[in-house]
Amino acid sequence: MIGNGDATRLLGHELASRLRTGELSSRDITLAHLEAAERQNHALNAWLVIERDKALAAADAADARLAAARMEGSEATAGLHPLLGLPVAVKDLVSVAGGQCTAGSRILEGYVAPYDAHVTGRLRDAGAVILGKTNMDEFAMGSSNEYSAFGPVSNPWDLDTVPGGSSGGSAAAVAAFHSPFGIGTDTGGSIRQPAALSGIVGLKPTYGRVSRHGIVAFASSLDQIGPLARDARDAAALLHAVAGRDERDSTSAPIPVPDDLLRLPTSDDEAAGWLKGKRLGLPAEYFVKGMEPGVEARIREAVDALEAAGATIQEVSLPHTDYGLATYYIVVPAEASANLARYDGVRYGKSIRLPGADFIADYLATRGDGFGPEVKRRIMLGTYALSAGYYDAFYLKAQKVRTLIKRDFDEVFGSGIDALVAPTSPSVAFKFGARTADPVAMYLSDACTLPANMAGIAGVSLPCGLSDGLPVGLQFIGPPWSELELLRFGRAYEAITDDADWRKLEPAQLALADDPSGPTPAERAAALAAAA
Amino acid sequence: MAGLTRADVEHVAFLARLRLTADELDRLEGQLNHILDQYAKLSELDTSAIPPTAQTIELENILRADVAGPSLSVEDVLRNAVSTEGDFIVVPPILGGDDA
Repeated sequence: MIGNGDATRLLGHELASRLRTGELSSRDITLAHLEAAERQNHALNAWLVIERDKALAAADAADARLAAARMEGSEATAGLHPLLGLPVAVKDLVSVAGGQCTAGSRILEGYVAPYDAHVTGRLRDAGAVILGKTNMDEFAMGSSNEYSAFGPVSNPWDLDTVPGGSSGGSAAAVAAFHSPFGIGTDTGGSIRQPAALSGIVGLKPTYGRVSRHGIVAFASSLDQIGPLARDARDAAALLHAVAGRDERDSTSAPIPVPDDLLRLPTSDDEAAGWLKGKRLGLPAEYFVKGMEPGVEARIREAVDALEAAGATIQEVSLPHTDYGLATYYIVVPAEASANLARYDGVRYGKSIRLPGADFIADYLATRGDGFGPEVKRRIMLGTYALSAGYYDAFYLKAQKVRTLIKRDFDEVFGSGIDALVAPTSPSVAFKFGARTADPVAMYLSDACTLPANMAGIAGVSLPCGLSDGLPVGLQFIGPPWSELELLRFGRAYEAITDDADWRKLEPAQLALADDPSGPTPAERAAALAAAA
Repeated sequence: MAGLTRADVEHVAFLARLRLTADELDRLEGQLNHILDQYAKLSELDTSAIPPTAQTIELENILRADVAGPSLSVEDVLRNAVSTEGDFIVVPPILGGDDA
């Protein structure tokens, strides 16, 4: 019999099989994860709210469904959804009816979501157990989670470093064994980059794969919702649960979601054998200036391992990669400034009404006080880029360069390349404060992830070892609707590196997070700032 | 590309309906100009013959039948509003004093 403490160490599919045999109940699993989250949130700050009562009610409902299916027989248990009764950490910009949805911002403090997001409804249908809402950079703008209005998050590998962002809370929660599954959003790397820095798996689906209904909008032509997990099979199961057409989001595509996402190979031989004859492109431009040598070394080793296992590696060029950052930081602030115009302090959210002042003064005060520095910076950039006289020079120009970036990918995939293999992030997790003084330094964190968003295509990050004791992320990027293929590449890479020593390691400072009298992430950040 | 002056920054802040402190305006003037310098890289590319990309998936004219479906109750919609009266949200007056 497995004790509660051990249940947190199991993967989602391992928990699912123990649920079906009756070895564990959803209540056991949920309690074990809730206890870990509650015990360590002081040190990690990964969760903005932990919903113990709601989670246990969902667990009991799942246990009732399991019991009924067991009475019916093995066919009924086999037909149960793989997520039934399993915990999920949900980023706090996904609406869960009746609960908070701050998007990491003071301007949405106190707001109660009146309805479920599409993904939330899908999770409920599957019988998943939502443990709570996770921390994030304000309005998903950031790559370190330091721009949250509710404090930074510590990376369980080194509590003085960031977990990445903007889905930093979900990534840290999954890495710290608080939940086997996490939901994030990725506009320029916000799932893949924190997955890389936290040593887990994160997938950004093709634009249109997952409905955005009920998530707080950031940059609407790029935002996508996707899974975080500790292996490729779990990421695939979570993607399968939430993907597919939803008529409430007219950009969600009527493209079938492959059921083979639920049938990634269980045997390592089969998973690795699939690689034979596959063609992987190695884009020269992704080995950027300033990339840490340890990161490059791990990526080159991973590429060698894939080649040794039968994949063909071919150097390719995506010549407009270098223009991605500037393009992204025009398109995204422009869309964000338009989306965030809705926060007027009238219908919902923070509101300042100044006695005797006109409504413009109320807007100025509400928004000036309600938004944090990075959000204001992006609203300013976007407002400027869209303003009269500058639209052609900035926004239209960026949209044209976006075409060139997309064509680079079209040409490579059109030439018979199945997927690209590249680093996810040019660096491992960095210390608190290392990039907050210079916005451009922070923006460079996403240099290897944002081109996929600009082109609307899919990408996945998987752990591929350590550099200086911190996780390195390996990225596979594929054409539109290639999530299944990408996860097969990921599963194959897991299979061929199954014996690697680094796979057996737990996050190095996870045990430190058990200390209820230790410093919070905010205190660690302040101490580092004082020492600098 | 010409840089942003302090007056430009103040004007954009007003357009964006953001009340900023003098410190914030100082900081933003430097930061925005630093970011705008990065944009200059795009002028290296001749894009005169390139069409713009606004969205990446080739879906067009997604329509649905024009029939009413379930929606939120008035009570749910009003729950987050700062100020309500009956079935309405109270908004600040936007017309001049005599009309307010």
